[in-house]
Amino acid sequence: MDLALQLLFTGIGIGAVYALVALGFVLIFRATNVVNFAQGEFSMVAAYLMVVFAVDLGWPYWLSFLMALAGMALLGAIFNLGVYYPLRHRSFLPVIIATIGASILMANSVLAIYGPQPQVLEGWFETPGIQLGPVYLDSQYLLIIAVTIVLVIFNYWFFEKTMLGKKLQATSQDKEMASLLGISVSTMIMITFIYSAVLGGLAGILVAPVLFVSIQMGSTIALKAFAATIIGGFGDVAGAIIGGLALGIIETFGAAYISVPYKDGFAFLVLVLFLVFRPQGIFGERVAEKA
Amino acid sequence: MSAENMPMTVPAVRARPLLLRHLPYFAGAAVLVTLTATMQFDGYIHNILMQAVTFAIAVFGLSVVLGLCGQINLAQAAFFGLGAYAVGIGTSDYHVSYWFCLVAGCVLALLAGALLGASTLRLGGHYLAMVTISFQQIITLVMINTIWLTHGPDGVSNIGRPALFQSAQSYLAFCVGMLALVGYFVWHLSDTRLGRAMRAVRDNELAAGVVGIDVFRTKVSAFALCAVLGGLAGGLFAGGFSYVSPDQFSFAESVVFLTMSLLGGVASPIGSAIGTGLLILIPEWLRFLKSVPGLYLAIYGLSVILIIRYMPDGIWGFFNLATERWRAKAKVRAAGPPLQLSPATVGGDTVLEVKGLSKHFGGLKAVDEVDIAVRRGGVHALIGPNGSGKTTTLNVLSGLYKATAGKVVLDGTDVTEMPPHQRAAAGLGRTFQNIRLFRSMTALENVVIGAERPGNRLVGHGADALNERAMSALSFVGLGARANELISSFSYGHQRLIEIARALAANPTLLLLDEPAAGLNSTEKLELHELLKRIAAQGLTILIIDHDMTLVSEAAQHITVLNFGRRIADGESMAVLRHPDVVSAYLGSE
Repeated sequence: MDLALQLLFTGIGIGAVYALVALGFVLIFRATNVVNFAQGEFSMVAAYLMVVFAVDLGWPYWLSFLMALAGMALLGAIFNLGVYYPLRHRSFLPVIIATIGASILMANSVLAIYGPQPQVLEGWFETPGIQLGPVYLDSQYLLIIAVTIVLVIFNYWFFEKTMLGKKLQATSQDKEMASLLGISVSTMIMITFIYSAVLGGLAGILVAPVLFVSIQMGSTIALKAFAATIIGGFGDVAGAIIGGLALGIIETFGAAYISVPYKDGFAFLVLVLFLVFRPQGIFGERVAEKA
Repeated sequence: MSAENMPMTVPAVRARPLLLRHLPYFAGAAVLVTLTATMQFDGYIHNILMQAVTFAIAVFGLSVVLGLCGQINLAQAAFFGLGAYAVGIGTSDYHVSYWFCLVAGCVLALLAGALLGASTLRLGGHYLAMVTISFQQIITLVMINTIWLTHGPDGVSNIGRPALFQSAQSYLAFCVGMLALVGYFVWHLSDTRLGRAMRAVRDNELAAGVVGIDVFRTKVSAFALCAVLGGLAGGLFAGGFSYVSPDQFSFAESVVFLTMSLLGGVASPIGSAIGTGLLILIPEWLRFLKSVPGLYLAIYGLSVILIIRYMPDGIWGFFNLATERWRAKAKVRAAGPPLQLSPATVGGDTVLEVKGLSKHFGGLKAVDEVDIAVRRGGVHALIGPNGSGKTTTLNVLSGLYKATAGKVVLDGTDVTEMPPHQRAAAGLGRTFQNIRLFRSMTALENVVIGAERPGNRLVGHGADALNERAMSALSFVGLGARANELISSFSYGHQRLIEIARALAANPTLLLLDEPAAGLNSTEKLELHELLKRIAAQGLTILIIDHDMTLVSEAAQHITVLNFGRRIADGESMAVLRHPDVVSAYLGSE
């Protein structure tokens, strides 16, 4: 029982990371109808930026954090201009392939620069954690969960209550109409990419002290986050969060009770089960092309 | 089929047997195989050739799934690995015959591909991309972790070869022969029924379903075929190098395969061969780059982005486009006999019986308990103001939307639960308001796909009969002379005619026309009107939606009027148009 509680906590913590990246997926998908396969690499690049700033250059943690997020904003903008924007009028397949190309480019550029050796990044807090009854609460996991809760609330406020958020929603629902109403569609798409790069980056920075900072962390996180979006229901914000948490918990329990080497396989198994039995996910994706 | 059955003289070039026309290819392949078997290579060159030949077969697979069918596969290295490990483990650990292992590897890849495809291909393309990446990761995990079977990271060594091809050189010659065979198969696949179906699915899934193609099965076939070619290539690879290890079949290799395919040109096996050759040779020339891990793949990633943006058809596509004007134009075919339409007559006087049909989108009742009865041999119009549910009704009738309630009986067959392609097979044809043609194909190919409708009794066996039927349909709409032009070179009005020809070639029992006059100028509208008369004169039943009241009142004998999803009038044309409810629906009332 104590072990189960402990695993539940860890699962929610790791699931919160998946949820954050999944949120980035969903935002881009809703704005552009494109699945960004480089979303996971945003997390990986941000984690390496943290290593460069905080470890190699020895900057204070908060400064490194801000600079890494600024770097992600820049990367999101470059990504939009270099990968998505030129292809925005093309069909869906070329865009997907281009984002896959971008993902490979990012991962291997980092590999070429930094080498294959995984890097270690310290957590934000000096205290490793607190003991609460039978459960040990790791401070980094607590931080991850707290940040995720804050971001989910922020997202809700931003998209539902602010003018900019409403403009973004309008753009994602009908680009043509939005542009006729005087919304600059290209600016909205740019903002979406920057925002989701920062979001992905944030997830990477938060999870880096828990995992090692490695080249593979991007694709691993991306696959889990994608599975999370399918489990939750593609394109649904609440679904991405629930799906992410569910996946984190399933995976942690699977690793503890079934098999450690196949830990990454559980996500795939759950994914396939959902695809076969409930492809629309928990909350359901709207899938109908207008004839 | 025998020559007497064909009413028209067929151009001599088409009458030559297929085997004879393709003889030069096989002669060339035989020379290549002989050369490989007799020339002396040093070991280094031999290895490069071995790698190029087996990789090319795997990339051929991608040209089927990605090039022909427009579906993505990011796990080709995993399928390649299944084949390689089957041959590796089978021959080295269990001493099973090479041939058996090769076949087993192909079957394994086929099953994995079919299963993966069947679970994912009903959904959008992004699902397939992610699922194939996941599958790739799982296969790598299994190769590394099931040590009792795969020897883990150490890999499998001492892999055997068939007794017939024991020497490295004869084995290479055997692989070249296989490459030639697979290349021939892939090259000609695009002109077969399955290949055309794949291209149709790639160009326009909705239209493909409506003309009678089982979209899902076509996609799964393409995906499974790709997987088999991957498995076959892997089996050959294992025999060639007699050692395999997990890192040879990683996601990175899948990326390499994808880049090869895109670089050469995804649409053709020639492109695949070019891409494979280049991406095997270039790294050999630039060996120094290999000293930095990741640099190569980074360059590949960048290449993928650049190719997609600047050279979407790859090197071969680029070359094709550049040399187009020097190549001989395809001959314009003989016009074919006048188009015959002989709609099936099974179900008595009423061709289409719609009872209590409803389609709700959430709370919106787009179509609400509508009854329509279309009499055989007439033109029946479905009219109504914008948003009255006409197009939704048509989409439910052709199976693109599932009915919320109600029943649709086509010529005596209850089609309510059928997917679009089965309704097409049952005799339903349709056109779309926003024209849906297969845009990468010629007018003739579009219409041939129509003629291939399952259940079309008016077309004989073989390519010639299909072409003849399609030519007849194109000539019927007045475009026979331009049969070999691509869709993009036709005007909007002509594209609409091609879409009608595609539906006519299928010899449907009932033709649904969704606003055929939309976007046409007045001359084109007159021509359309003439065409409708000629179609109706052959006894084909038409259900037409349009806003053009002149067209509707002149062409249709019977009119059903919808407003806000409900039927507000139904009956003989003139009477319906004078009905006060109809007048007020169109013009408003006090």
